[in-house]
Amino acid sequence: MRLRQGQFSFLPDLTDDDIRTQAQYAIDNGWAVSVEYTDDPHPRNSYWEMWGHPMFDNPDAAAVVYEVNECRKEHGGKYIRVLAFDATAGWESIRMSFIVNRPAEEPGFRVVRQEGEGRSIRYTVESYAMREPEGARYA
Amino acid sequence: MTAEPKEMSPQTVDLAAAYEASGVKEVLRELDETLIGLAPVKKRIKETAALLLVDRARREMGLATETPTLHMSFTGNPGTGKTTVALKIADLLHRLGYVRKGHLVTVTRDDLVGQYIGHTAPKTKEVLKKAMGGVLFIDEAYYLYRPENERDYGQEAIEILLQVMENNRDDLVVVLAGYADRMDRFFDSNPGFRSRIAHHIEFPDYSDDELARISETMLAEQNYVFDGAGKRAMEEYIGKRRAQPHFANARSIRNALDRARLRQANRLFETSTGPLDAKALSTITEADIRPSRVFQGGLDVDRAHEETRA
Ligand SMILES: Nc1ncnc2c1ncn2[C@@H]1O[C@H](COP(=O)(O)OP(=O)(O)OP(=O)(O)O)[C@@H](O)[C@H]1O
Ligand SMILES: [Mg+2]
Repeated sequence: MRLRQGQFSFLPDLTDDDIRTQAQYAIDNGWAVSVEYTDDPHPRNSYWEMWGHPMFDNPDAAAVVYEVNECRKEHGGKYIRVLAFDATAGWESIRMSFIVNRPAEEPGFRVVRQEGEGRSIRYTVESYAMREPEGARYA
Repeated sequence: MTAEPKEMSPQTVDLAAAYEASGVKEVLRELDETLIGLAPVKKRIKETAALLLVDRARREMGLATETPTLHMSFTGNPGTGKTTVALKIADLLHRLGYVRKGHLVTVTRDDLVGQYIGHTAPKTKEVLKKAMGGVLFIDEAYYLYRPENERDYGQEAIEILLQVMENNRDDLVVVLAGYADRMDRFFDSNPGFRSRIAHHIEFPDYSDDELARISETMLAEQNYVFDGAGKRAMEEYIGKRRAQPHFANARSIRNALDRARLRQANRLFETSTGPLDAKALSTITEADIRPSRVFQGGLDVDRAHEETRA
């Protein structure tokens, strides 16, 4: 099951050239672009690992593609995303986020039901991948 | 991502029109006008521009696909205009569409090589990323290679540079600069660089006459002029300065003119009695040039004096 998170996730995988075009848009807007990776695909996981520092002063987005590829060399079997952070007062927030790399096999999520008092049920989702320990979640 | 309909390749090409449209003409004209002398350098740059225009036309016709290797080496003595020309080249490559932004990032060994283990790779990569879309100018590139120390971190920077010069040819152009003899030795011991560099450009020393003309244009840029005797003094200065240590071609001239302007200001301050007109404020005379140490035998004489005083 393909993970659908962030921008463009219903489109086919972005090519390096697509990534460059999108990252250039962010740079031209003055946003800091960074690369992050994780092997925990839960939609509420906000603790992706940073790959290097955010890039503040690279005028050309080839630098972003370069870092994405460096990250792929080490974490090619995980999820990698590109973020653009807008530091202007009032925004101070992520303006773009899109997945640029995903594991070959994505096992998807299961629904977990927890029975509470008075027949109430709490629902949650859990990635099948999360049953394996960190580092062993994807081939 | 969306497959665009493939454009029909053109059947013919109008090189003259492409030359006009690209704006290369202006860069070359500016190069000709603002830089004095350097005939062989200008010739090489024109040839390279022609090559790139033709290459671009060939690619549009589907005759070529590879990005040509554009990495260069600039060899020449200090102050012969290497950095200045690199700026123009960046502009030229940008106009021809070979680099996307056209900025110049100038570095030396210290910007690339770290102080401890694990420091060099991130440092070199930061610089490379900053230069992407433009031109990376590595001044005195041979300092990267220190054969006498086999653990030198420079080697690590060299390896990353070589990799990026090969794999990211579309993303940046690297110019290695330095003195001719040391660059030759550097290339001999680093064949990887030699094979990745397509254009070797040599910067000759300026003749006395060229330096005199450079001094006049430098002054004109700042709205100053020599009077007759001032000009003759400058010509004499150039002949003497060349024979003295640390001579750095056009840079020595720039420094001499800075000091001449200082002396002129002091002279005006001390000697003027009434109102000064624009002409007086912008004329460099013999009196502003001749007090230079260069006419007393140069720096060495100065040092000798200090030693006898000490
Ligand atoms: N042909 C020229 N015409 C006019 N000015 C020049 C010319 N060549 C150099 N200059 C001026 O001389 C100064 C030194 O030039 P530049 O910095 O390009 O030399 P360089 O070869 O890079 O020197 P170094 O090897 O010491 O770094 C600059 O201020 C530049 O503007
Ligand atoms: Mg220089």
